Amino acid sequence: MELNAHNFKENARKALKDDDLQASLQKLGSGFPLKRLAAMDRLPEFEGLRDQARDIKDHTLRHLDHYLEQFESRVIETGGKVHWARDIKAGRKIVHEICEAVGAKTVTKGKSMIGEEMAINEYLEEKGLIPIETDLGEYIIQLRNEPPSHIIAPAIHLRKSHVEEAFRKTHTDLPKDRNLDAPEDLLVEARAILRKKFIAADVGITGANFMVAETGSTVIVTNEGNGDLTQTLPRVHIVLCSIEKVVPTLEDCTTLLRVLARSATGQEQSVYTTFSTGARGETDPDGPDEFHVVILDNGRSRMLGHETHDMLRCIRCSACINHCPVYQSVGGHAYGSIYPGPMGSVLTPALYGLEKSCDLPNASTMCGKCEEVCPVRIPIPKMLRSWRKKQWEDGPVPMVERLGLNWWTWWVLRPKLYHRVAGWKMRVLALLGRKNGHFKSFGINKGWTKDRDFPAPEGKTFQQLWSEKGGRRL
Amino acid sequence: MSSRDYILGRIRWSLGRGALERDDDLHLAQRVSNPKPNLIPKRGGGTHKQQISLFVKMAKEVNATVSRLKSLDGVPRAAAKYLKDNDLGTALRLAPHPDLEKMNWSALEVTFGPSAGDDLNSLVMAYGGVAETGSLALVSGQYGPTTLNFLPDNHIIVLKAEDLVGDYEAVYARLRRESNNADFMPRALNWVSGPSRTADIEQTLLLGAHGPRKLHILLVESDGQEG
Repeated sequence: MELNAHNFKENARKALKDDDLQASLQKLGSGFPLKRLAAMDRLPEFEGLRDQARDIKDHTLRHLDHYLEQFESRVIETGGKVHWARDIKAGRKIVHEICEAVGAKTVTKGKSMIGEEMAINEYLEEKGLIPIETDLGEYIIQLRNEPPSHIIAPAIHLRKSHVEEAFRKTHTDLPKDRNLDAPEDLLVEARAILRKKFIAADVGITGANFMVAETGSTVIVTNEGNGDLTQTLPRVHIVLCSIEKVVPTLEDCTTLLRVLARSATGQEQSVYTTFSTGARGETDPDGPDEFHVVILDNGRSRMLGHETHDMLRCIRCSACINHCPVYQSVGGHAYGSIYPGPMGSVLTPALYGLEKSCDLPNASTMCGKCEEVCPVRIPIPKMLRSWRKKQWEDGPVPMVERLGLNWWTWWVLRPKLYHRVAGWKMRVLALLGRKNGHFKSFGINKGWTKDRDFPAPEGKTFQQLWSEKGGRRL
Repeated sequence: MSSRDYILGRIRWSLGRGALERDDDLHLAQRVSNPKPNLIPKRGGGTHKQQISLFVKMAKEVNATVSRLKSLDGVPRAAAKYLKDNDLGTALRLAPHPDLEKMNWSALEVTFGPSAGDDLNSLVMAYGGVAETGSLALVSGQYGPTTLNFLPDNHIIVLKAEDLVGDYEAVYARLRRESNNADFMPRALNWVSGPSRTADIEQTLLLGAHGPRKLHILLVESDGQEG
């Protein structure tokens, strides 16, 4: 998709007024987070597993070149092919060439964020191929021609009626008067339609949650089974992954899998966890004849050793997104990037440039919940702060904001003067606001009072009350 | 410069070093060739009996159903009963596994081999099971067509209790031990925990998304010698 991350404020305003979206988001807040909590309670070792998950990723990133080389040689030894892509353009070209070499017409796709990053569907369509998303959520948004709004629940912003509308518009061969009232009806229809596509496809494209250096395996987790049909039935299986997804051993992968589903949906384990290793062998009764792994960099190697290094630990569980008060209020599309929420606000500027996504590091209340729930303990607020700092130092901060902050800095560096002036101000405001107890509009804070009243101070500053009540500096 | 060299070079540059020294490389290679388990949750530990009951409990929690049998010979009868009880007809597609091939299937219309998408029911042998999460390990190959695990509507999996272990690590250790070479992984290793599902429509959980709508486990608690 086109990056639209510079419009966060406007997008967020629209999102807040979208009743359907708000209803969907309300469900999210009480869904995944509570399930995660229940899963954690059942596993006393969870915190220890998080520490190890972090350490495994750290170790791998420090020796990323070694593990990638080892992964590559294992893939080749087991009969697969590895393709390296510096950027999105190179990645798309590789995928297209593989499709072309086998004369492919239709391509089924399992859910892949790297696929989204490459906008692979749009590219293959341009080249005359027919890519079909098979994850139910991805299929729905493909029909609606919109980007995902969540990294593991791409259609979470939609209501049932939206799905029905999309199906009626697209599945025109089916009787017009068919009943699609229940979610089950929609599922049955999608299952039947996609089943034919799975069987007819020439190439299947999936993502990878992990790449195992020890065995040359790529790993996907799904609940629907679509990823497995996508990669088992066609002649060719293409795996799209990125450099930071590699882990040393099956044991390391297992540790990460133990925290992945629990952090994401609160499941003990996803329904299907599949390790794919090489192409179909002589005695295999089924499976793809060709196994290709496309490893994308797209700016990740630049993140190593720098401020956003730790972000490369991310295993895309979406816990930070599910728990974020900002995401819960505005949903994923407002961020204008395929990676929404806290993880996206760190990653998007790193991948696409800060100048194109300057609102994102500010789209956070800094409440710290994201770091608290992250299974690999990524210090997201710290990295958002470092983006803000960078923005201040070299970047696109509006003149008014810059002046305002400079002015503020001047005051806070002079605490005695600040407290005295603040004391006067409180008294004046208390006097002015004594009648209503609030102000309907308030001078330079117009933006703030546009949507709500400004409560009138009662006459004293916090510092004054603090010392009156015997508080002291610690 | 090839993309490969460019990316690897870029990684080294960002990490502030050149290629790894030989010693480091060897050290890392050893970490992989001699893999050590990390923290394993205690819940999968205990006696084999405890592991069996944990497995059954966890599998049921994720909407699988379980029948416990005394011998492998009872598998055809248990499969026929399951199909009958659920009104699923008498056709059954079987994995061409030696254990299954030698059974007496006269009560059902069975065929062997991979599925092309028109089978309602399938039955396969599990390579192993894990008590920790009630998950089954299915390996692809001559005896285990992967298509049987995903295309049919109703999936029956036979698990011998002796192949049931506490945790995933034990299954990997067995794969390595039995193969005794670096290529011990099958083309596809499918971990299955319950029947297929989705919550993509309004976060409502629905079973039977693209894979099987039902998963039934036949847990055989003997060595298969009797009867």
